[in-house]
Amino acid sequence: MAKDSYESTGRLVRFILRRDRIRILVWILSIALVTFATAFAFGDLYQTEGEREAIAMTMKNPAMEAMLGPAYGIDNLTIGSMMAHEMLLFTAVAVGIMSILLVIRHTRLDEEEGRTEMIRALPAGRLSNLTSTIIVLIGVNLLLALVIGFGLYAFQIESMDFQGSLLYGLTIGCAGIMFTALTAIFAQITNSSRGAMSFSFATLIITYLVRAIGDISNETLSLLSPLGWILRTEVYVANYWWPVWLSIGVSVLFIFLAFYLNSIRDLGVGLLPAKSGKSHASRLLLSPLGLALRIQRTAIISWAIGMFLLGASYGSILGEMEMFMEEVEIIKQMLSAMTGVSITDQFIAMIMSIMSMLATVPPIVFLYKLKGEEKRNRTEHLLSRVVSRYKLLGSYVVVSVIAGFLMLSLTAIGLWAAGDAAVEGGLSFWDTYQAGIIYFPAMAMMIGLGVLFLGVLPKWTGFTWIYLTFTFFVVYLGELLKFPDWVSNMSPFHHIPQMPMEDINYTHISIMLVIAFVLCIVGFIGYRKRDVEG
Amino acid sequence: MSVLKATNVTKRFGDFVALNGVDLEVNQGEIYGFIGPNGAGKSTTIRILLGILKATSGDAKIFGLDVWKDAVEIHKRLAYVPGDVNLWPNLTGGEVIDLFVKLRGGNNKNKREELIEKFDLDPTKKCGTYSKGNRQKVALVSAFASDADLYILDEPTSGLDPLMENVFQQCVTEAKQEGKSILLSSHILSEVEKLCDRVGIIRQGEIIESGTLNELRHLTRMNLFVETRQPITRVAELNGVHNIEEKDNGLSFQVDTESLDRVIQHVSQFEVVKLESAPPTLEDLFMRHYESSQSGVGGRD
Repeated sequence: MAKDSYESTGRLVRFILRRDRIRILVWILSIALVTFATAFAFGDLYQTEGEREAIAMTMKNPAMEAMLGPAYGIDNLTIGSMMAHEMLLFTAVAVGIMSILLVIRHTRLDEEEGRTEMIRALPAGRLSNLTSTIIVLIGVNLLLALVIGFGLYAFQIESMDFQGSLLYGLTIGCAGIMFTALTAIFAQITNSSRGAMSFSFATLIITYLVRAIGDISNETLSLLSPLGWILRTEVYVANYWWPVWLSIGVSVLFIFLAFYLNSIRDLGVGLLPAKSGKSHASRLLLSPLGLALRIQRTAIISWAIGMFLLGASYGSILGEMEMFMEEVEIIKQMLSAMTGVSITDQFIAMIMSIMSMLATVPPIVFLYKLKGEEKRNRTEHLLSRVVSRYKLLGSYVVVSVIAGFLMLSLTAIGLWAAGDAAVEGGLSFWDTYQAGIIYFPAMAMMIGLGVLFLGVLPKWTGFTWIYLTFTFFVVYLGELLKFPDWVSNMSPFHHIPQMPMEDINYTHISIMLVIAFVLCIVGFIGYRKRDVEG
Repeated sequence: MSVLKATNVTKRFGDFVALNGVDLEVNQGEIYGFIGPNGAGKSTTIRILLGILKATSGDAKIFGLDVWKDAVEIHKRLAYVPGDVNLWPNLTGGEVIDLFVKLRGGNNKNKREELIEKFDLDPTKKCGTYSKGNRQKVALVSAFASDADLYILDEPTSGLDPLMENVFQQCVTEAKQEGKSILLSSHILSEVEKLCDRVGIIRQGEIIESGTLNELRHLTRMNLFVETRQPITRVAELNGVHNIEEKDNGLSFQVDTESLDRVIQHVSQFEVVKLESAPPTLEDLFMRHYESSQSGVGGRD
């Protein structure tokens, strides 16, 4: 009986690999290549002692610690520890996202689409689907760990020895396995793939935030978060292995729990009860705009809370950062002499430039919901009724633009609210808010680009994401990796003045708004003229 | 008076010709059955009629308006039920019905409740938990609760149980009695036969036959079963006799309509004990066209 539960697992493993061979390859390659490219770039930069000292100072900055994890090995900074500090946490988050998406795809989503049912009708065991998914995911994460580990060692960079490189890879792999296990549990508890997805991502965000707060205030707090553990490996400096063992041990426990939960529930339902709803629609739902808002309500609210918290978490460390900067006389002089504005202002400007791009993710997601609706044959319900194409697309654009505005505002307000309490003398609300909202034209341009693709080249909507990722790298790593100007100029976010350091440039802003508007119009015309799939 | 008229509609997806010169006409107050094998182009035709796909060439009008340019205007008087009903998993059936009815503009509360009861639908359940049949009910209730002049139904009963299919047929008949027109695409030939005034058969993107069932029957064969005292001879030599089979002390065969008279005269020589005749079923019609399409595949592709 017990053995029967795992019947055909091996065959299902091969089946998953066959279905996802490209998907898995793309994930592994892109994560590994970004890691290698960064290591390679670091190898050439920061050759002199002076340069490294300056970087060590910024690494010790609380804001950076909140974002990237605690700095270590500062006294004798090497390429290895710099690289690990800059990349380890972000790579772990990326691998976490990969694991969440893959697990849900092969558990809850397959179940929802009725594919699991067909498999279960064959001589396959009750737990085989979950088992094969977990085996594949462990394999993928281990492979990724080894590729990164051996790959980094292969660069033969002085400070990046074999043990350290292997540990770097395995740390990332452990993060992936941890989120595989967590997602496997949520896939049993919730009623739908959407539910499992939101629980898993919420956990990812919470573990990141708990770690961020812990890293700058109380280390015990960081140790409550799996993402906090993995940073305690101190790769390339101390090379502690206990976080790896701890992660694996906890993951195994979680996986057993997932198996248990899987074995006590029926196919197609979750352990949380499904509630019955209203038999009549509220007046607010009864329009294309109302529907667009309603089906994305949870996502909009979650993003809004997330952005506010992210803003607030940076705001809360403004005070400590100022104190820290006071102590480091050189940096203070360097920065102040350069621009003649306070360090807090510069920090706000820097944070906003990164947060604005993050805040652009939700409006694009909300806009592209329309494409998902088309793929699922749900736009035909509207288009076969008294709803014009303009009205349909317009509803999603309105949701996207308003959500974008809301996200930027909440980030800035969060930063201000927490910062005002943390900084001596407080913060000016208007200056802080302006520093965020000034990015709206760049965001509008990205939304315009999204509308253009939706209307004219619906198959290429993914390009918007590639472009947004590129703009992120330009700002995030551009200074560090010293990109040439023309590369930076390709990002709309690069043309936004960094307030409060710089003055508003109305010409740039107006041009961007005009471009955004034109992109939208072309997209609308295209959408009116093209075939809709369903 | 024609409510819907498509003339020479062609649709290409790249090199693939999905529809090749489709003609279709639905008159006021009639139920038009639209049948054809999977992938023949039924849904593509319907999506063009709804202005969701744009015809590559040809002309299609509903209520005298262009289906592409005036889609929104047309939809004020049209109700559509898709074959594959996908709904929003986090909305309840009741909410979706209200939304759909509202988006058409009508609002008939009594009709809604009556239909929900007739179709035995629980409107408080989330669409994500509905079976295929229940999702179809949501679409059907929304369609029949709104006051439309033309109903376009694309395989609307594929997930319904026989009881619900009966309810559906009542709804369609009622709509017809109110003078409304219906375009019914279906796989269930008995349903089409029962409901439809006229039928069009589509195959590989072309309408190969259309007309009233009676007209179509004339184009085809009568089923005969004859029992005689003396053994019948030389039937096979007659023109227009097909599929001869011996069974139950008699002969069963099919006769081309125009040869019927001669065949009956011939058979009567052998002292007829029993004569049964049945008009061809729609299934016979359909199968005949379908089989010839399969044998003709080599030539077409």
